[in-house]
Amino acid sequence: MNRTLAFLGWVGVAVLGAAAVGAIAIHRGEPINALWLVAAASCCYALGYRFYSKFIATRILALDGLRATPAERLENGRDFLVTNKWVVFGHHFAAIAGPGPLVGPVLAAQFGYLPGTMWVLAGAVFAGCVQDFVILLFSVRRDGKSLTEMAKNEVGRVGGFIAYVAVIAILIILLGVVALIVVNALKASPWATFTIAMTMPIALMMGIYLRRIRPGKVLEVSTLGFVLVLAAIWGGQYVSQNVALAKLFTFSAPTLAILIMVYGFAASALPVWMLLAPRDYLSTFVKLGTIGLLAVGIVALHPTLHMPALTRFVDGSGPVFAGKIFPFAFITIACGAISGFHALISSGTTPKMIARETETRMVGYGAMVAESAVAIMAIIAACVMQPGLYFAINSPAGIVGQTPEATAATISSWGFPLTAASMQSLAHAVGEQTLFNRTGGAPAFAVGMAHIFSHSLGGERLMALWYHFAIMFEALFILTILDAGTRVARFMVQDALGHVYQPLGRTSWYPSILATSGLIVGAWGYFLWQGVKDPLGGINSLWPLFGIANQLLATVALCVATTIIIKMHRARYAAVTLVPLAWLIAVTFTASWHKMFDPSPRVGFLAQARVLAAGPIPMTSATARVIFNNRLDAAVTGVLVVMVTLVLVESARQWIGILTGAREERVKESAFVRTRFAEEEG
Amino acid sequence: MKSSLKRIRIFAAKVLSTTRAALQEVFDEAAYSRFLNRAGIASSSEAYAAFRREFEEAKMRRPKCC
Repeated sequence: MNRTLAFLGWVGVAVLGAAAVGAIAIHRGEPINALWLVAAASCCYALGYRFYSKFIATRILALDGLRATPAERLENGRDFLVTNKWVVFGHHFAAIAGPGPLVGPVLAAQFGYLPGTMWVLAGAVFAGCVQDFVILLFSVRRDGKSLTEMAKNEVGRVGGFIAYVAVIAILIILLGVVALIVVNALKASPWATFTIAMTMPIALMMGIYLRRIRPGKVLEVSTLGFVLVLAAIWGGQYVSQNVALAKLFTFSAPTLAILIMVYGFAASALPVWMLLAPRDYLSTFVKLGTIGLLAVGIVALHPTLHMPALTRFVDGSGPVFAGKIFPFAFITIACGAISGFHALISSGTTPKMIARETETRMVGYGAMVAESAVAIMAIIAACVMQPGLYFAINSPAGIVGQTPEATAATISSWGFPLTAASMQSLAHAVGEQTLFNRTGGAPAFAVGMAHIFSHSLGGERLMALWYHFAIMFEALFILTILDAGTRVARFMVQDALGHVYQPLGRTSWYPSILATSGLIVGAWGYFLWQGVKDPLGGINSLWPLFGIANQLLATVALCVATTIIIKMHRARYAAVTLVPLAWLIAVTFTASWHKMFDPSPRVGFLAQARVLAAGPIPMTSATARVIFNNRLDAAVTGVLVVMVTLVLVESARQWIGILTGAREERVKESAFVRTRFAEEEG
Repeated sequence: MKSSLKRIRIFAAKVLSTTRAALQEVFDEAAYSRFLNRAGIASSSEAYAAFRREFEEAKMRRPKCC
C-alpha cells in the first residue's frame, strides 16, 4: 500500500514538473507567474535527488555505511570531526553560496527567463550536483584530500599542477570581477556607501563584544550587529539627503576601486581579526537570512515575470554582455548550475566532517540543489522588472547612450518601452539619483528584490530601504569574499614560493606576507582597474573570463571524477560525469575561442584591440591601455584553455590505458576500516 | 490525536535543535566549545583570544565560494 502511494506520489511530482517546465518553455506573449518557475524547479530537484542521486549513490559510488570516514578515523576535535549531517549540510551550503548564483542569472536574463531557467535546472541536476557529490565522496575516501592532491594522485603530476594554477587564476579573476560589482553598486551612491562604511565600526564593536564582554557568543553578537546594520540603512537616507554628508560619502568608480584595493591589502597583510572575523559572521548572518526571506517573499507575492521567455538578444547583440546564447548563457550562469569552485569546498572542510559515507549524497548533491534554488530566485528577481528598466540599469553608456533621453530612445527602439521619467521615478523610489548604467547585476538584483520585498512587507514606501538593504547585503557579502579570497590566494602562493626559498613559505614572516599580499592584490586590482576604465563597463569582458575560468576548473574536477570512476571498474557508468564533462568542454572551449578570435569587437578581445589600434593616430594612453588589456585577456584565456587541454589529454591517456589493459586500474583510497557506529547501532 | 500532537512537538523540537547546532557550527561557536573542552578551561577573554590564535590560520585557508 505504502509503495503504491509513494509510486503515485512520484508520478504526480513528475506530471506536475513536466507541466510546469512545459508551461515555461512553450508560453509566449503574455507575462507568466513566477510560481511556474518555482513549481518546475521544486519538481526537478525532488526527482533529481530522489532518483538520479540515488542511482549514482548505489550503482556507481556504492556508498558504504559500514566504512569509517576520516572524521571518525582521524578525529582530532579540530578539522576532523564527526558532525550531524544537517549541521554539515548547513556548513557546506554557507561555504558554497556566494554572489555567483545571484549575479550570473541576473546578467543572463538579457536572453529572457527561459534559457537561464533551463540551464540552472538541467545544469544543477545533471552536472553541478553530480560534481559536488562525487568529489565529496572521493575526498572522503581519501582522508579528505583536496582536489589538487586527488588530481596529482589519480590523473598525474600535470593534472595536480594545472589544478593548482587554475585555482589561483580563478581566484584572481573572481576577486577582480566581484570588486567591480561592488564599485558599480556603490559609485555615486552616498546612501549605499555610508551603509557599507558603517559596517566597519559595527564590526569593531562586535569584535570588542566577542573578546571582552561575551567571549565566543557569535550568534548573539551577529544578531546585535544585524540590528545595527538595519539602523545604518535607515540612517543612510538622511545622509543622502544632507548635501554636506552626501558629498562626504559620494565617490567616483576609480576612487572606490583604489579604496577597495587598499582594503584588500590591509585585510590580507594586517592582523585585523577584530574587524574581519565579525564582518565575516555578520555577512553570513545577513546572507542566510536574506536568502530565506527572499524565498518566502517570492512564494508569498508570487510575482508576474515581465521579461519575455526569449529576447531578441539571443543572437549575440545583447547590451549587458555580447555573445550568442550558446555558449555565453552557459558561461554567464556558473554557480547556479555548475561551479568548479565548489569542488574545492567539497574537497576542503566538508569531507572532514562527514560521519557516514551515505550522508555525502544529502550534503553534496542536496546543498547544490539549494544553491541552484538561489539562482532561480535571482532569475525571478531580475525578471519581475519591466524589461526596459532591466536594460537601462544593466547596459553601459557606451552601448545605450550617454543621456537619459538617448538611453530611453535606444531601449524603446528594441521593443522594450522606457521613458527617462520612468527611470527617474524608479531612482527616486529607491533613494538614488540615477539607476542608468549600473552594470554588474547587483543593482538590478537589488531593484528586483526591493520590488518583491516591498510588495510583501511594508509597501512601496519601504522600497528605498529594501533596495539599500539588498545593496548592503551584496556588498558586504562580496567584501567578505574579497578579504577571504585574497588571504587564501596569499597562502597558496606562499606555500608554492616556500619550495623555491623556504622563508617565503612561512606564513608568519612579514616580508613574505607583504610581498605575496601585494602580488595578489596587484593581480586582482589590475583586472578591477581595467573594468573600471573600460568604456563598455568592464562586466562585458571580465564576467565571461571569470565564467570560463570557473567552468574550466569544473572540467578539471570532472576529469578527476571520471578517472576515478573508470578505475573503480564502473566504466559503463562513466557517462554520469563524462556527459557533463563533454558539455563543459564544448561550452568553455567555444566561449574561449569567441572571446579570443571572434571578429566582432564587442565579443573578441583581439578584434577589439585591432579596431582600437586602427583608430586615430597619435593614440591616447587610455586607448593604448585598453588595447594592451584586451591582448592580456586573450592571453589569459588562451593559457587557461591550454592548461585544461593538458589535463584532458593526461586524463584521456589514463582512461584509454585502463580500458585497453595497458595501465593498472588502482584507485588510491584509504584502507577500509569498519565504522564504530555499526556496532553502536547493533 | 494526543500522540500526533506529541509527535509534532518532538519533531519541531528536533528541527529547532538541529538548526541551532548548524548555526553554531557555521558561526564557529561549536569550534570554540570544542576548544574549551580540549583545553579544559572555562570561557574567558583570554581563552577566546587563544582560540582565535589557534583557529585563525586554519579558517583563513578555507576557500569561500563565489
